[in-house]
Amino acid sequence: MKPRPARIGFYLALRQLQRTSVWTTGLIIFVMVLTFLNLVVVYGILVGLIQGAVDQTRVQYTSDVIISSLQDKKYIENSPNIVSLIEKVPGVESVTPRYREAALLEANYKTRKDTDKPNTASAQIVGIDPIREQAVTGIAQYIIEGSFLEPGDYDKIVLGHFLLSQYIPVQSPAFQSLDNVGIGTKIRIKVGEVTREVTVKGIIKTKVDDISVAAFMDDAQLRSLIGRTDGNVDEIAVKLEPGVDPTTVRDSILLSGVGEFAKVQTYEDAQPQFLKDIIATFGMLGAAFSSIGLVVAIITVFIVIFINAITRRKYIGILKGIGIHPRAIEYSYVFQSMFYALIGSAIGLGIVYLILVPSFLANPIDFPFSDGILVAPLNETMMRIVLLVVSTVLAGFVPAWMIVRKNTLDSILGRN
Amino acid sequence: MSIIIKTNELKKSFTQGDVETHVLKGIDFEAIEGEFITIMGRSGAGKSTFMYQMSLLDQPTAGDILIRGRSVATMGEAERVQFRLNNFGYVFQDYALLPELTALENVALPLLMQGKTKKHAYIEATASLERTGLGHRLNNLPSQLSGGEQQRVSIARSTVHKPEVLFADEPTANLDNVASEIVMKIFEELHTAGQTIIMVTHERQYAENAERIITIDDGKIVKEEKGKHR
Repeated sequence: MKPRPARIGFYLALRQLQRTSVWTTGLIIFVMVLTFLNLVVVYGILVGLIQGAVDQTRVQYTSDVIISSLQDKKYIENSPNIVSLIEKVPGVESVTPRYREAALLEANYKTRKDTDKPNTASAQIVGIDPIREQAVTGIAQYIIEGSFLEPGDYDKIVLGHFLLSQYIPVQSPAFQSLDNVGIGTKIRIKVGEVTREVTVKGIIKTKVDDISVAAFMDDAQLRSLIGRTDGNVDEIAVKLEPGVDPTTVRDSILLSGVGEFAKVQTYEDAQPQFLKDIIATFGMLGAAFSSIGLVVAIITVFIVIFINAITRRKYIGILKGIGIHPRAIEYSYVFQSMFYALIGSAIGLGIVYLILVPSFLANPIDFPFSDGILVAPLNETMMRIVLLVVSTVLAGFVPAWMIVRKNTLDSILGRN
Repeated sequence: MSIIIKTNELKKSFTQGDVETHVLKGIDFEAIEGEFITIMGRSGAGKSTFMYQMSLLDQPTAGDILIRGRSVATMGEAERVQFRLNNFGYVFQDYALLPELTALENVALPLLMQGKTKKHAYIEATASLERTGLGHRLNNLPSQLSGGEQQRVSIARSTVHKPEVLFADEPTANLDNVASEIVMKIFEELHTAGQTIIMVTHERQYAENAERIITIDDGKIVKEEKGKHR
């Protein structure tokens, strides 16, 4: 019969855990739970702040795949054919072509004296088909005053809330906005040399800048304003059926030759570089904060096991004395540490996935630029559990190893 | 009967700072298989130190220990641990039971370490505890047992794996007379069954239960006499 130190180690660990103080075990597990939450939640919230912004931009503006004009082109050539082609790509649910044009908005122009400063704001005018746009982005739900556009809405406009001074929390000279404009107010829009008077039909509020500083009008009217009669648009947002991979659709659109006329990107490709940098930076910050928590946990476990091993030094000596393999004694501490880490992680997992993630989804953190959520992908969480368990096991092994290697008789007799 | 343990010029000294204390000053000794030997001496005479060397719990400064003719000088720590597990049993003055293990679990531990199944180990441990009169205390923790009972658990543990030599270091020092008598009776029974026992004690009445009594003083064997047990 071959001696099995791991088996004896497990036997000893189990009994020590069973018969040790519930409070001590509870306290160590509590520290482990806090460490787990520190590892997962701090990182998850920091990344979630930006991820919230990314998700909102995806849902409200770019959708899953966004097609825009080439760098050296004013618009997407051959747009009508491209739209019909995209609509036939498997996995595509709906498509919304958009016109975009820079414009100057002016209010109170009828009552303004020559000496008064013009009440103007620069904006992107976005020409949309309200039905198609609603199918892709559901934009109408973000209306906070008035109502959204309907097909054939002539001389009507919907303004992003940042174009109106009453919705801007701070007054900045660099940030032009319109004063005294509300639902029913007539404003003038100037696109190039063409000016038209329109009525404000609705005010839309989201945390996506592409929407909050834009003005929306019916695409037919914007076409007439900019004099584009060929049906070529500036961008096309494509919504995919649930579960369809945007990369696959992007590649199949490119394969069909659309890349010759337009830039085809997934929502991730279209993220501005600064956003990607912020995600990376927040990720690093989260990892740094988590590391501090991990070090604290390692030290805690080390101290707990060290004190345990020191106070039990005599018994460790007896175990060695009666012939228990030193490795079995080390294993017993390793198993105890593993138990603390695994139970702590299991409780932490429950808290994160059964309580925190659903809570954050239901009640996101209201940040000015995003609705912060808790990002905790299961694969990354599992990695963190592995990290926690390995670190804790090491923290448990080292003090046990230090005590076990002391002279057997000195340990039994309590000699230094 | 063959020689089971033999020591040649066994010496042990301890150094503390610049001071070196010679505890054992060259002991020649032989234990025959099946013998019951007690080692006596005044406090600090070196009797426990001598037993620790023979039982491989400590390493001598000089001299040699032969167990069944084999020198233990070249044994590494892992080999010594394994040797102790398979060949020796220990009874300590303060019982040395593991507080979080029940009596049964304490006794089963050496068998489990030897690789026996839990079921097998528990059966043998139960039998060993029954031999020491503790069949009704199997699932009690040491804290739930009296001193005498704890020492009997310790004896059960030290003999459960049928060691070649049972070492006992002042096994009755912490016990009252009644408990001491019970423990000594168990030793006598073990010896009658053929168990080799080497016991350190300073209590003359218990020392005389042995076949041979050796007295150590100032690190040397100064006297050797026969006990009552023949």
